[in-house]
Amino acid sequence: MTDIAGKNALASLGGTGMYILADLGKMSLFLLQALRGLFRRPFRFRECVKQVHFIGAGSVLVIFFTALSTGMVLGLQGYYSLNKFGAEGMLGSAVSLTLIMELGPVLTALMVAGRAGSAMCAEIGIMRISDQIDALECMAVDPFRFFISPKFVAAIISVPLLTALFDVIGIAGGYISGVLLMGVNPGSFIEGMQQSVTNHDINLGIIKSFVFAVLVVWICTGRGYLVREIRGAGFGAESVSRVTTQAVVMASISVLIFDYLLTAIIL
Amino acid sequence: MSEPAVEFIGVSKSFVGRDGRRQVILDRVDFSIPPGQTTVIAGGSGQGKSVTLKLILRLLDADAGQILVGGVDITGIRGGRLEEVRTKFGVLFQGAALFDSMTVFDNVALPLRERTDKTEEQIRQQVLATLQTLDLSGHEEKFPAQLSGGMQKRVGLARALQLDPEIMLFDEPTTGLDPVMTREIYELFARTQRKLGYTAIIVSHDIPAVFSLADQVIILHDGKMDAFASPDELQWSTKPHIKDFVRTTMGELYQSQLVE
Repeated sequence: MTDIAGKNALASLGGTGMYILADLGKMSLFLLQALRGLFRRPFRFRECVKQVHFIGAGSVLVIFFTALSTGMVLGLQGYYSLNKFGAEGMLGSAVSLTLIMELGPVLTALMVAGRAGSAMCAEIGIMRISDQIDALECMAVDPFRFFISPKFVAAIISVPLLTALFDVIGIAGGYISGVLLMGVNPGSFIEGMQQSVTNHDINLGIIKSFVFAVLVVWICTGRGYLVREIRGAGFGAESVSRVTTQAVVMASISVLIFDYLLTAIIL
Repeated sequence: MSEPAVEFIGVSKSFVGRDGRRQVILDRVDFSIPPGQTTVIAGGSGQGKSVTLKLILRLLDADAGQILVGGVDITGIRGGRLEEVRTKFGVLFQGAALFDSMTVFDNVALPLRERTDKTEEQIRQQVLATLQTLDLSGHEEKFPAQLSGGMQKRVGLARALQLDPEIMLFDEPTTGLDPVMTREIYELFARTQRKLGYTAIIVSHDIPAVFSLADQVIILHDGKMDAFASPDELQWSTKPHIKDFVRTTMGELYQSQLVE
């Protein structure tokens, strides 16, 4: 009996392994098709603008509040920690470096995944289960060029800009709590920031934001596109809701993993 | 005899189910669909009607065999050549598959905007003319969700007809419609086909209603198919599974006609 149970366990492990490999393959193929769609003509400029508005402009308020509260908390926390060593002059440097290299890119990507990524995944998932994507293919219209690749363009444009906005608002938040509320010297806050932040740090932040943009848009649109082929997703409306949740979780975890990898490689 | 519009030669298709078992949907199936006529593909649920349609459109790949569309084997082609073959088709999907974030007008105009060089004014005129013939005037600015099921089907038909398809595919065109609407939709099919002369392939389980349109009938059963030159021939078939099928799907209507 145990022998059979063991074999079954092995078989199911093998089955799961094969499924994950196949799934990775499909996602890679999806990415290639989306990248190819970027170069197919006619380019859908208006759709790109619409998506930049949705992913970018639509996320400004969320990014504003997230950045402001993060920056203000950093300012307070930093003040109390640095105050113990009489080093509150380092506050500007600590806040800006933390934001530019880590929190700005990561939190922006997480916010975009939660707000725009989930919407993109659900939209494409519904288009898939209601045959709208098949309908496009039957009209000989490439669905990638038509509406998936423009989302990639929009994310690659919007996420780095949102990250820059996050950094600026966050630093302003740190200034508000550190300088205006706790009384750190404004000159030393600005001076510390200017002296410690190098081009290398800014480049790291920018590279991260590009990579995260691709990760979020790839995973969220890809899971929606493959909604019918995902194991355990179920059918119909339920499958879209499950896959959307799964996409946001996967995108967020990938962002965190890649954050560590990129920091380790580039720093 | 002229070349068949669509021809299946030894086509097989199977799926691995969620329980890991392989399920054979089509087992070395051969059939041909004559041009300019109406062919009805019927069969119980799960017998591969929709799969057959998706194979014709190359939305699915066959495991084996050849599928010829206008003499061209579509099983191996990709990219531009596949798009070229697909422009021959117009498809009315089961749920109409309208783009729900676009208005009726934009839905119908989409194939023209994407696949032709027509100006926006020419597109406008053509779309409005089609909408008028399908009794949809005045609904251009509505969204699909604001339309009834029957109207959605008509918009789907309008969209499918924009590029003058040689072959129209209808996937369960009357699912979810009441009997009056069903008859209207079929009359509409007959009218547009007479006018445009396309080859029609209708996948349906709505047997008695659809048979008034059919020139040829194909019944799918356990991975095999039986072709009949007319609905009458099907009705008189002596094969046990066909007799069974006739009795269960057409029931009283046909039996009463037989008694007469």
